[in-house]
Amino acid sequence: MYTFSKKLKTFSLALMVIGLVGVIYSFSSSHKSFEQVEEILAHEADGHHGGGHDVATVEDASHDAHATDAHGAADAHGGDAHKKHVEHVQHQIANRPWSALYVAAFFFMMIALGVLAFYAIQFAAQAGWSPVLYRVMEGITAYVLPGAVIVLLIAIASGTIGHYNIFIWMDPDVVAHDKLIQGKAGWLNLVGFAVRGLIFIAGWSLYRHFARKFSIAQDNADDNRYFKKSFRISAAFLVFYIYTESMMSWDWIMSVDPHWFSTLFGWYVFASMFVSGITVIALITIYLKSKGYLEIVNDSHIHDLAKFMFGISVFWTYLWFSQFMLIWYSNIPEEVTYFVTRIEDYNLPFFGMVVMNFLFPLLLLMNSDYKRIPWFVVMAGIVILCGHYLDVFNMIMPATVGDRWFIGVPEISSILLFGGLFTYVVFTALTKAPLVVNRNPFIKESEQYHY
Amino acid sequence: MESLKVIQAMYTDDDVLMNAVKKVKAEKHHIEEIYTPFPVHGLDKAMGLAPTRIAIAAFMYGCVGLTVAILMMNFIMIEDWPQNIGGKPSFSYLENMPAFVPIMFELTVFFAAHLMVITFYLRSRMWPFKEAENPDPRTTDDHFCMQVAVSGNEGELKELLEGTGAVEVKLVDLAH
Repeated sequence: MYTFSKKLKTFSLALMVIGLVGVIYSFSSSHKSFEQVEEILAHEADGHHGGGHDVATVEDASHDAHATDAHGAADAHGGDAHKKHVEHVQHQIANRPWSALYVAAFFFMMIALGVLAFYAIQFAAQAGWSPVLYRVMEGITAYVLPGAVIVLLIAIASGTIGHYNIFIWMDPDVVAHDKLIQGKAGWLNLVGFAVRGLIFIAGWSLYRHFARKFSIAQDNADDNRYFKKSFRISAAFLVFYIYTESMMSWDWIMSVDPHWFSTLFGWYVFASMFVSGITVIALITIYLKSKGYLEIVNDSHIHDLAKFMFGISVFWTYLWFSQFMLIWYSNIPEEVTYFVTRIEDYNLPFFGMVVMNFLFPLLLLMNSDYKRIPWFVVMAGIVILCGHYLDVFNMIMPATVGDRWFIGVPEISSILLFGGLFTYVVFTALTKAPLVVNRNPFIKESEQYHY
Repeated sequence: MESLKVIQAMYTDDDVLMNAVKKVKAEKHHIEEIYTPFPVHGLDKAMGLAPTRIAIAAFMYGCVGLTVAILMMNFIMIEDWPQNIGGKPSFSYLENMPAFVPIMFELTVFFAAHLMVITFYLRSRMWPFKEAENPDPRTTDDHFCMQVAVSGNEGELKELLEGTGAVEVKLVDLAH
């Protein structure tokens, strides 16, 4: 049995407290008055552009509806355009803590969900190498339910408590002036969003609940009845998962840009969550092994996880590039604005993420010997996780805060808050059952696994 | 030609063969060669063969392929005749790079794969019309043959090999 060390528990609680303080601070400082924003803009115009900068042209396309309004107003000249611009920036500044919170919440939820999919695949494929890691995976997936509920709550709160800070289609004012969003209102409406979200979460958590239950029941059973049940529900879950994951990515991520759509987006988000999930399995396994809790895990298991990290990183890149290149190549205005804002305003995070998620793991994890060295895998894993945080950041931020992004107090404290919560939930779940499954039919093979 | 005497021991089971290899290695005899009808896992380790470096070669060939692709398209599309084709920006390589990535990828794989295979053929001396080097046709079907160099007391070596479960042990002079 694993015991949650006092040090780690204090550490995760400290992360949560520091993060919470930072989040509260960033919310309290994000409500700028009209005059304050005017002042900020005037200051920026002096400081960075050498004065004489026409504020109306700074207008970016981050919130399409706002931009259209502003351009319409710009024809009228003068004060009206200026007012629109200041209000636009005011909204972006107010959006930042919301988006930062949402990005971090989604990032940690996606890790747990990716692990859940990986876990189901291990059962459905009757993998012989991974049963020694099942309890680690089950521990991580404990975060699926709280994590997904938090994401859904933040999303809904941003459109009810907040001032439509993440999803502009929740704003009836915007929808009233936007034919395109009106046409999508059959899907993009708050009730539908909430109901769909609840269905997704219910399905994922039900599978997690029963898979865990059967896994523990199998430990004390005298036949393989529970293993067979796990196999069956895993296969069914994977069907459910691939549909709901895709729809979840439209709802929770793609709809921040309600004028934009991409068909392979669901897969792209999947690849991101899958590789982060596998990376976290590897990191936690290495941590537990270093503490002497998982002596049964040998370097061939680590090697296999690292191979998955490597392979799925390349798969992620393939999807990232396929989405980017097809849109870049055809250059259709209605699609390409998505990448125009990212390349212009997010150049470093947008391309930096490709380096972190592709080049770095490609070169680091290609060598077979390196994949067996724990600190090497940890190092690559940390870069991959940071890269995929940036990936989510790049998906959400350009639509909500536009060029007013920075990785500062709101973003880092949100990461600390949910990172602490994730650590706390996962390591608490790890204490609830023995760290190695007992009579899984493949456990002997897994123990002796050698590559 | 100098005479090269070896002892060929035939086995019918790969497990027996593996144990025999370990025994022969422990007695510090030099194993010239082992002929098997299929890959026996762990045999290279038991024999103490050095690991292959073909993956390193493949990586370098891939780098060559990538370089070829970049230089070729940079010359053709950017330097030699930078036409405007459908509005694609051919001012610099980087600006038009996404369009070149499919070719860069394919050439990397092409070079890595093919040159690695050719390297393998060269290093293991395989080519069409090559004369087969097989001491006994049964080793391609259901027998394993271990060939041990004879130095000094051949009777003792023969005894040792017979003790490892060989179904047949014979002294062969390879230099005919």
